[in-house]
Amino acid sequence: MNQKAQQPTTNRRDFLLRLLKGGISISAACSLSYWLYDATGPGRVKNQNDLVTLPDFSIPSPRGKMSITTGLDRVKTINRGLEALGGIEAFIKQGDKVLLKVNAAFATPPILSATTNPQLVAEVAQMCYKAGASTVVVTDNPINDPSSCFSLTGIGEGAQLAGAKVLLPKESFFQPTTVSDGVLIRNWPILWQPFQGINKVIGIAPVKDHHRSGASMTMKNWYGLLGGRRNIFHQDINTIITELAMMVKPTLVILDGTTAMMTNGPTGGSLSDLKQTNTMIISTDQVAADAFGATFLGKTVAELPYIAKAEAAGVGRADYEALKPIRLSVA
Amino acid sequence: MRIVTVRRITQVFFFLLFVWFCVVTTIGMEWWQLRGWPVNWLLQLDPLVAVATMLSTQSLYRGLLWALVTVVLTIILGRFFCSWVCPFGTLHHFVGYLSKRRKRISAKIGLNQYHPGQSIKYYLLIFLLTAAASSLLGRLFGMVSTRPKLSMVVATIVLTGLALLSLLKVMPNPKQAMTILFTLIGFWLVLGLILPAENLIAASLQTGLMDPIPLFHRSINLTLLPFSESLSASQRYYQGSVLIGAIFLTAVFLNFKVPRFYCRFICPLGALLGVLGTFSLWKIGISGDKCSKCQLCDTDCEGACQPADKIRLSECVLCMNCLESCQDGIVSYGTAPSEAGEIPLPDLSRRGFLSSFLSGAMAIPVMRIEGLVGPNFPPSVIRPPGTLAEPDFLARCLKCGQCMRICPTNIIHPAGLESGLEGLWSPILNFRIGTSGCQLNCIACSHICPTAAIRSITLEEKLGQKEYAQVGPIRLGTAFVDRGRCLPWAMDRPCIVCQENCPVSPKAIFAREYFGTVRGGTYRVQNIAGQTLELGGQDLPPGQFATGDYYVMTTHGGKENRWRIAENTSKSVTVAASEPWHAAPELESYIAIQVKLQRPYVDPTLCIGCGICEHECPVSGKRAIRVTAENESRSPGRSLLLPKT
Repeated sequence: MNQKAQQPTTNRRDFLLRLLKGGISISAACSLSYWLYDATGPGRVKNQNDLVTLPDFSIPSPRGKMSITTGLDRVKTINRGLEALGGIEAFIKQGDKVLLKVNAAFATPPILSATTNPQLVAEVAQMCYKAGASTVVVTDNPINDPSSCFSLTGIGEGAQLAGAKVLLPKESFFQPTTVSDGVLIRNWPILWQPFQGINKVIGIAPVKDHHRSGASMTMKNWYGLLGGRRNIFHQDINTIITELAMMVKPTLVILDGTTAMMTNGPTGGSLSDLKQTNTMIISTDQVAADAFGATFLGKTVAELPYIAKAEAAGVGRADYEALKPIRLSVA
Repeated sequence: MRIVTVRRITQVFFFLLFVWFCVVTTIGMEWWQLRGWPVNWLLQLDPLVAVATMLSTQSLYRGLLWALVTVVLTIILGRFFCSWVCPFGTLHHFVGYLSKRRKRISAKIGLNQYHPGQSIKYYLLIFLLTAAASSLLGRLFGMVSTRPKLSMVVATIVLTGLALLSLLKVMPNPKQAMTILFTLIGFWLVLGLILPAENLIAASLQTGLMDPIPLFHRSINLTLLPFSESLSASQRYYQGSVLIGAIFLTAVFLNFKVPRFYCRFICPLGALLGVLGTFSLWKIGISGDKCSKCQLCDTDCEGACQPADKIRLSECVLCMNCLESCQDGIVSYGTAPSEAGEIPLPDLSRRGFLSSFLSGAMAIPVMRIEGLVGPNFPPSVIRPPGTLAEPDFLARCLKCGQCMRICPTNIIHPAGLESGLEGLWSPILNFRIGTSGCQLNCIACSHICPTAAIRSITLEEKLGQKEYAQVGPIRLGTAFVDRGRCLPWAMDRPCIVCQENCPVSPKAIFAREYFGTVRGGTYRVQNIAGQTLELGGQDLPPGQFATGDYYVMTTHGGKENRWRIAENTSKSVTVAASEPWHAAPELESYIAIQVKLQRPYVDPTLCIGCGICEHECPVSGKRAIRVTAENESRSPGRSLLLPKT
């Protein structure tokens, strides 16, 4: 050791340099430890992503809240029905970004009417563009495989031909939301990404028999915005449909009662499940639209508890006649 | 006192302390059982635990701050931990000593020569640390798509900075540096744009597989202590212990091939300490030019660091043996650099570095493609109460086995591949082995976990009392009745042990009463004598229906009446005297002999998944009631029930 103490000065310089390096390393280790020190450990609930909330997309309707148009041809009935409410221009303005929430739940051909009619989707998308919309997005989180659903139902092709953008759900598209006053939709993932920048929402749904809820129409159609293991909500179907209707305040809903699925719903699968009912309902009030739609299935409003629940929650009116629907007919 | 003696005393002290901590990690009434001993202290002193969890969780949990002591001392003194503290190192040291004690000096010298394979441990370290950092790396890449502007600004600043540096001629080789950096930034931007699958880019802590302190804890806890029944709360069984034991014994017996084989070639902690101690202030070296090149300093060199040659500082474990064996008296531990020269850093090739880095970064994302933390979660994997959600748990679990040792009921076991390769040796519950299910009033595992992979919970939280009344108790899963195996459901046998043992109040298991006619149990009444019916037809097994669970059932005017059977012979049944005929069966009419069954049902709103029912189920092989992970508190995505209204 004594010998070492008498080393030449180069060693002293070397030592000082190492002292400096050591000092820096030690202070770096100490400050990093101090910075990252966690005395309590992880908590019960992990910090969630910020909750998102869907904005209110509704606008007051100038000439009426509901039109009921009978006719065989969807293109004609949708056009006449909308005209009666003041035309699409009353709802879609120049530069609007529109989201069409279709029912693409099953990977079945359009003729089985288990999904929104592709021709109707294309027509609505075109009308939106004509009214000056800058973007039209078509989306749904279906039950069957999304890409199969959008291609086999014809909705994907119809939407693209009309120039609309089809957004298939991806894991990263979902963000949790909470419906205030809701009990089921709390911190639950919804299909959020497609709503980015959107300021108008139109729901387009067919009329279908539904085993658990009695009927699947415009309100039940929002189920397709839910993510996660959403099927647990079938334990309380009427409440979840009500909360979905509370969650989405659409610009318009279109209930396509041209062909109704009377039995074996909501999948259907046979032409014998279907019945021509030849009616197109357009409304700013989803409760009223569904209340009227129930009649196609031979059901009363009392048989669909979610209609009364949604009305009680202030979503709309079950007594659609009170809205003075405009009734039309096209040849 | 000689420094080597001091070292030996220290080693023995830490070794005994370690063994003591292992032994006392058990719950019981004896004085030597858990009484607040700091049983995790050596795990906490282990800087690899601290560094790896810092990378995987971006936090330093509580007691792991102790590692700072080791880090600071290593920066000052060098890699002292390996030869002075590490109990696994001490074991190797001792076995290595046994293996070479009768060898000639020349043979000993031969065994302690540096081997290029000693670099392997650094590659392992890089691999393990990168795997722990892959969520950090993922975030770095994800920045490109989530914050594109910021990423561009960063890329521009780095490149301009580099251009400036090279213009100012600070860089020795600006062209090469530019090429490397351009490639890296290009790589970053491109990969960032095509890497959106956030769920796959995840970190998990795998250092515990090879980190000597967790490895030694695991080996002692799970493969040595079970041999002594008196040193544990109960006879211990551990599934999958054979692999743990085999690795432990292999590591120990490799000392007969090369002393301290594990420390020199494998130990990632040694590698980390070697790097940390690279520029230590004090170090081994020779002074003067009087070295006779006798190589005697290699005789007992534990690190194979060639002290008389250019000393490999990152390999030197400071055993101080060379100070004694040097015949010229020129080896010393001091501040001056060795006059024979030094090799401070380990031999690492750029290719080796890159391949261990990249394979470490890829390993966990590739494992995650299995979907085991997502939609393909294994339902039979039940974790201890307080365990974090699976991705957070995997980022913290050391696989040290402390929870498995402390669990009084012996239900916590090292996983095999049940939860994937990355969950190897992580704690899972096995309700068949052990003395019961998860005890309602026990939170031992959550308090012993050194890294909060099982976070510390209170009894109130576990039971859902007081401030936790709203969220309810911690659920480990849900019990499901397998009606095809359950005695009262499938085999006409009364049982209901599961319901009796359900510890929650009100019970999560309830029974519905059911009367089932026994096999071939319809008989014709031939005579009635008081309480006794003489029956025609097949003989009855005498006494079999006298247990109190069997009834005579008659149908009278469409109404079913039942009388409990008190005894039976081969030709008659006698109903209990307390149950006289209120509508006596008619002669020649048919009666049925029925068994009263209580069939179990589970109320999922009350079941906490403690597994006591599964443990007690008399169907001893594959139980007729089993807990699976649905509805466990730690995974909101696995909920079975609607939120409470």
